[in-house]
Amino acid sequence: MEKVIEIKHLNKSFGNHEVLRDVNFTVNKGEVVCLIGSSGSGKSTLLRCINLLETPSGGEIIYNGENILDDKHDVRKYRTHLGMVFQQFNLFNNHNVLKNCMVGQLKVLKRSKEAAKQNALKYLKTVGMDLYVNAKPKQLSGGQKQRVAIARALAMDPEVMLFDEPTSALDPEMVGEVLKVMRQLADEGNTMLIVTHEMEFAREVSDRIVFMDKGVIVEEGPPEQVLVNPKHERTKEFLKRTLK
Amino acid sequence: MSFEIILSILQENWPSYLRGAYMTLLIAIISTIIGALIGLFIGVMHTIPLRKKSVKSIILKIINFILTVYVEIFRGTPMIVQAMVVFYGIAAYGYEMDRFIAAIVVVGLNTGAYMAEYVRGGIVSIDKGQYEAAEAIGMGHFQTMIHVILPQVFRNILPATGNQLIMNIKDSAVLSVISVTELFFTTKSIAGANFRFAESYLITCIMYLVMTFVASRILRYVEKRMDGQNAYQVEQRREEQMY
Ligand SMILES: Nc1ncnc2c1ncn2[C@@H]1O[C@H](COP(=O)(O)OP(=O)(O)OP(=O)(O)O)[C@@H](O)[C@H]1O
Ligand SMILES: [Mg+2]
Repeated sequence: MEKVIEIKHLNKSFGNHEVLRDVNFTVNKGEVVCLIGSSGSGKSTLLRCINLLETPSGGEIIYNGENILDDKHDVRKYRTHLGMVFQQFNLFNNHNVLKNCMVGQLKVLKRSKEAAKQNALKYLKTVGMDLYVNAKPKQLSGGQKQRVAIARALAMDPEVMLFDEPTSALDPEMVGEVLKVMRQLADEGNTMLIVTHEMEFAREVSDRIVFMDKGVIVEEGPPEQVLVNPKHERTKEFLKRTLK
Repeated sequence: MSFEIILSILQENWPSYLRGAYMTLLIAIISTIIGALIGLFIGVMHTIPLRKKSVKSIILKIINFILTVYVEIFRGTPMIVQAMVVFYGIAAYGYEMDRFIAAIVVVGLNTGAYMAEYVRGGIVSIDKGQYEAAEAIGMGHFQTMIHVILPQVFRNILPATGNQLIMNIKDSAVLSVISVTELFFTTKSIAGANFRFAESYLITCIMYLVMTFVASRILRYVEKRMDGQNAYQVEQRREEQMY
């Protein structure tokens, strides 16, 4: 299997608060990995370290064979290979839907206007938002915003999609539409790393589930194994708490 | 005070009044723009994230210190005094500064000092998520500022800029102390010649009122335009149009 991202001995502290401790794991090409764990266990921090929104305190992040924590590595170029979807959507408030999906292609990838537009429309169609190209973010519902945010990330044609609790800020009736889009992306063979509290969804889409607790990876494996027959006491406890 | 007197003053002096008003507007508009640019520059400088102890960050700190001193001086002293110090201060070195330029320098620097704080506030009030989303798609700090943050800051500081413009229309009257031929100074000459102080200044009063009122209406309109329509057009699908 081709490794896309490999994390070795990753550490992260805020001051003297150790949030990640010796985290090791790999995302392979075409794989869907779900990261679960209780609040404060460090899932977001791990995801943010991967695209360097947080600077790791130690360890290595290997992307396609290169350690991107090397000083000479081009961070901005690396980030274009990762599509990030935030819990709070973070659409650019000053741009409409179409422009949100174009600005990165134009300014970072230096694509032509026409190419950027076609690509943006293609992915807006994928997420079912192609009819709303003129809308400003504040005119959209949460679920619509999140679907546009997914299209914005996809429009950069990233190699890996990172999702940080993409449905946690949504009203319950909008969770479904976002999960549906994500399911479709998973079926199409996209490489995805998803932080989620949606256990049912995680069980269905993931090739592998990673359970984190207090900054360490406790257990990982296929969904049936981790969710149905967890080996670890801490995993069992977490599942008992969340699944009831 | 009579209406006929006002009419006759107008008949005799309307070109002077108009020229005075024109100068007032010109000074107010140019210096508000300059002030907004200064404020923008200072606001951006004050919000550049400082990494570690590098040479760059030390230089930035020194520049920011100087900028802070400037802001404090101009906010902490009356504009009328600033006008005297700038104009006669430079004259003392033997340069005869153009009065109009001096006026714009004083009002512009004054406006800049106030705008700096509004811009800084406008930048820090932008949600952290906006920066992160831009960073996450590979934009640099400069690109993020230009394409994402500053357009939102512009919108945020527009009302404050409008207020400054209106203040500048009124407060430029103090420039008469350095004999800038704006509206107030012009009125002083007119009234000094005809001794009809009340009537002459009543005309001036109304002219100021009209200028500030129109300015505030225009700004309100611009704000509305920038916010765009409240509704958006849902694109029609081809298939649907066929039926
Ligand atoms: N910028 C920061 N400064 C200091 N501490 C932080 C910072 N960001 C996160 N932390 C701490 O790191 C720990 C892990 O946070 P993180 O957001 O990664 O958890 P999480 O697993 O994503 O939780 P949740 O499910 O609530 O999103 C928490 O104790 C949090 O308080
Ligand atoms: Mg989190």
